[in-house]
Amino acid sequence: MNTMVETMNRVTDALSAVELAQERAFCQTVGDFTVPNPRMTCRDVEVWYGPKQAIRRVNLDIGRNEVLSMIGPSGCGKSTFLRCLNRMNDTIPGCRVTGSIKLDGQDIYDKKLDPVLLRARVGMVFQKPNPFPKSIYENVAYGPRIHGLTNSKAELDELVETSLRKAGLWDEVKDRLDQPGTGLSGGQQQRLCIARTIAVAPDVILMDEPCSALDPIATAIIEELIDELRANYSIVIVTHSMQQAARVSQRTAYFHLGDLIEVGETNQIFTNPQHKLTEDYITGRFG
Amino acid sequence: MRLPMPALGIGLLALILTMAMSSWLLFLSVLLIMALAYQLGRRRAIAQVGGPTKIKRLHSLPAYHGLYAALWAGIPALFVMGLWIGFQDQVIIAQVIDALSPTQIEGLSPGQFNLLISDIRNLATGNIVSAQVTSELQAAADHYNRLRALSRIAMWVVVLALALGATLMVWLQIHPSLRARNRVESITLAIMIVFSSIAILTTLGIVLSVVFESIRFFKLISPLEFFFGLTWSPQIALRADQVGASGAFGAVPLFVGTLVISVIAMLVAVPIGLLSAIYLSEYASRRVRAVAKPLLEVLAGIPTVVYGFFAALTVAPFIRSLGAWLGLDVASESALAAGLVMGIMIIPFVSSLSDDVINAVPQAMRDGSYALGATQSETIRRVIIPAALPGIIGGILLAVSRAIGETMIVVMAAGLSANLSINPLESLTTVTVQIVTLLTGDQEFDSPKTLAAFALGLTLFVVTLALNVVALSIVRKYREQYE
Repeated sequence: MNTMVETMNRVTDALSAVELAQERAFCQTVGDFTVPNPRMTCRDVEVWYGPKQAIRRVNLDIGRNEVLSMIGPSGCGKSTFLRCLNRMNDTIPGCRVTGSIKLDGQDIYDKKLDPVLLRARVGMVFQKPNPFPKSIYENVAYGPRIHGLTNSKAELDELVETSLRKAGLWDEVKDRLDQPGTGLSGGQQQRLCIARTIAVAPDVILMDEPCSALDPIATAIIEELIDELRANYSIVIVTHSMQQAARVSQRTAYFHLGDLIEVGETNQIFTNPQHKLTEDYITGRFG
Repeated sequence: MRLPMPALGIGLLALILTMAMSSWLLFLSVLLIMALAYQLGRRRAIAQVGGPTKIKRLHSLPAYHGLYAALWAGIPALFVMGLWIGFQDQVIIAQVIDALSPTQIEGLSPGQFNLLISDIRNLATGNIVSAQVTSELQAAADHYNRLRALSRIAMWVVVLALALGATLMVWLQIHPSLRARNRVESITLAIMIVFSSIAILTTLGIVLSVVFESIRFFKLISPLEFFFGLTWSPQIALRADQVGASGAFGAVPLFVGTLVISVIAMLVAVPIGLLSAIYLSEYASRRVRAVAKPLLEVLAGIPTVVYGFFAALTVAPFIRSLGAWLGLDVASESALAAGLVMGIMIIPFVSSLSDDVINAVPQAMRDGSYALGATQSETIRRVIIPAALPGIIGGILLAVSRAIGETMIVVMAAGLSANLSINPLESLTTVTVQIVTLLTGDQEFDSPKTLAAFALGLTLFVVTLALNVVALSIVRKYREQYE
């Protein structure tokens, strides 16, 4: 008798899994994914790691001077999608991206486009602070040097200073620019990485869980910084903290198992989610 | 056909007696006793708690009781046996000498005395004897043989008594509360400590012997001359009036020669090794890497003697004819040939170690650089190599110490004449080559000529040790940085 019940349960489980998969197969993004005068436009983006599909038909615009946060459970593809935006996935063997991603109307996956130049325009800050094992000054000067952005030492000095100022780190490090960047605290290292990114004057800054390795105070400083940076850059931030998404972003996109489930104004996503999955995630039913 | 019983018995007894002479049989007997002790210990432990179903009441499992008994049965007995075999000859010889009449020993030089002893020994074992076999010598040899037989029997008795006695002792000790498991662990630990000290003590012994011989050398030749003298010609005459009876022990030409050849080797090995490491770790596809890396490491598996004749028979003549074509005068045993081939031998050291440290640079560094719009080569040049530099330098230093100590290639391909020159086209010699020449053939072991080899060896040892210590500390420091 018991085995009968078990079998029944298993069958119903399997059926609901199939239903879920079918539902997801036809999953349309809820909410308006477009913005007026977008910086970047992504249409029908799909990502494959070998035979495994990581992202399915994602449409999403990234506006100017806005912070777009991407949330979702682990493995939902939000980091993968983020890395498509500056072609960092190119460095992963077996990774394939289809669909179109445009930056100011230009397809970034165009064969004629040099990914190296793209990455100078779409900068990236990583989950774990990764300053180079060089001095603080050299960390910031690295990008300008390889792109030949400055003509003299004085110009470079100035660029390093303004970048560190914008990253809110100048006052803390101005007397020890020749010390190794790896000697800073975690939060300072992350701001150094932001300064390093700003120094090459990108249009878009991608941030992959930039505060996940930091304590609450360092996190608060970075969040404040993100809000200031919005004046000059488009920012896309992946985060596991819904509070952080609510605090720093204007728009929020919710990813689930490779699908972009819902996108909209941050306020609206967190107070009045339209999709069941979004609501479940926001209210902490899973994740 | 039936053999008569007494004859069989006597034959068997004779067989046992001849076999009893062998130390191997004693060793096997001890092993047998160990096996027996194991079984006894195990069974007694089980019996004491009243059967295999109740072994829960034992502190340690029966097998530990067995092991404990076996270890006690074996270790003291085997230790004593080892000591006995090691020292019995000296003791016996001392006894034989005591028994010799004083007239026989009187007025003998140490050399003649040693000869006498080896004669007695050879006569006893039936080997060829150098002197006339006198009755006295024969008597001494017989005495020697008698003592040996006695010693063997005594060894058998003592060793077997020890093994059996220890077994009995443990057998009496076995009790359910005996912490046999912990004791076996302690004994195992002690055995491991003993074995590792053997390795350490051997190293220490080698170093000390080299140091003492070097001190003897430096008593004869001043260190000032050795380290700063510019002429190396270690000819010590056997007779005082011999032609060319001069000895000059200025090792500077050897140091210079070693340096030149090592520099040539590093000039070959560092660029090739480093660039191939960068290619393999950063650019090569997985398939290329899977094939190329082992192939490169095959270079390290080629015996150095093969490199030696490759250098002497292929590379050296080639360089000579190339030099002739260019109008240069190249010695047939040029430092260049030896250095080039040595460099090829060292490539895998540099490439393999560099490859490891380059791979140890975290992917985050590469990502950070790419994300700023750096190309792959910019990333390698400006981020990865600087980050890996300490490790790379460590690898290069290890390779240098290998180059300095390398012997076979230079023995075959470099020259013997100690020219003080830095011209790689000339024939130069190295420290290792001179050590080989000084110690080859019949040598007096107390002449400066032979002792010079120890002084050279000590210098070499100190230099390579220093290089290794520096290299390893650099590598270790670097490793800590990223973990």
